[in-house]
Amino acid sequence: MRAELKRLADRAAAEGLLDVAYANVDSPFGPLLLATTSRGLVKVSLPSYDPGETLEDLAARISPRVLEAPARLDEARRQLDLYFEGRLREFDLPLDWRLSAGFRRRALRAIDRIPYGRTRSYAEIARSAGNERAVRAAGTACGSNPLPIVVPCHRVLRSGGALGGYGGGLPMKEALLRMESVEIP
Amino acid sequence: MPPFQSLLDDHAADVMAVLRGAVGRGDAEDCFQETFLAALRAYPKLDDDRNLRGWLLTIAHRKAIDHHRANGRRPLPVAAAEEMAGVTAEPKLDEGIWALVGGLPPKQRAAVALRYACDLPHAEIAAALGCSPAAARRSLHEGMKRLRKELA
Repeated sequence: MRAELKRLADRAAAEGLLDVAYANVDSPFGPLLLATTSRGLVKVSLPSYDPGETLEDLAARISPRVLEAPARLDEARRQLDLYFEGRLREFDLPLDWRLSAGFRRRALRAIDRIPYGRTRSYAEIARSAGNERAVRAAGTACGSNPLPIVVPCHRVLRSGGALGGYGGGLPMKEALLRMESVEIP
Repeated sequence: MPPFQSLLDDHAADVMAVLRGAVGRGDAEDCFQETFLAALRAYPKLDDDRNLRGWLLTIAHRKAIDHHRANGRRPLPVAAAEEMAGVTAEPKLDEGIWALVGGLPPKQRAAVALRYACDLPHAEIAAALGCSPAAARRSLHEGMKRLRKELA
């Protein structure tokens, strides 16, 4: 049956019927769920989230044609593994931004430009996204980031250096920052 | 609609078992692919997720018929058709009538089975048969007319 299911995913992709391919992958923080469309990586779901709910959300927001097809996420998995080992500083993956829009998307694009090992404040992100007063909205944009780790919202801190929040839990945010050798006050 | 993967997780084994019974072990795998590709094609347009299992088994049924037709063999044996229809739900018609349903032309047979064994609305019968709702309604109507005549 396994071979049949793999063949089905391949044929579905070839016929344009595989709208969302996903894979469950291991990480030092627990299992991640990765999902991709034909445009690129569309979702990274952290261990703190329920994978079933994530898949239902993808089915509702993108397309119900959601299939487990791990081979389609091999490259994303490879880069994430290297990142967690400290051997990759910048992801080179096509991204599908469709799960964010408007100010949030602009904020996430700004976050995507924060270099490895550096941090920005929520206020700086708000300014980069075109509305310097929308500090709280910048925080919301981080919280709604569909592509955490790859779009490094863990590099966004409060003005003054406090950690702020993180969807994967503050210990994970702190661990990612330490791994990138960021000094945490 | 639930993510399509959950349909595979829940029903792939049953669909394969039904197809093995209907077309034999050797051809079941191709029919399995055809069944789930057809299901994927139609899935976003489905508007009722209450009997996904029945819907899938119906498509499998149709693919088995296609397979027998393509091979120029005799149509699907009545027993297999009954078995498949019976898997999804208690047949609302009695056994004798299912024998008559088995004698209908394939499209009418499928429409009747989908309507009365799987309890699908016209739109979903149309999706399963790959035709318009009007054509599905027609097949169902023709099939029922013929059954009534044979019962009279």
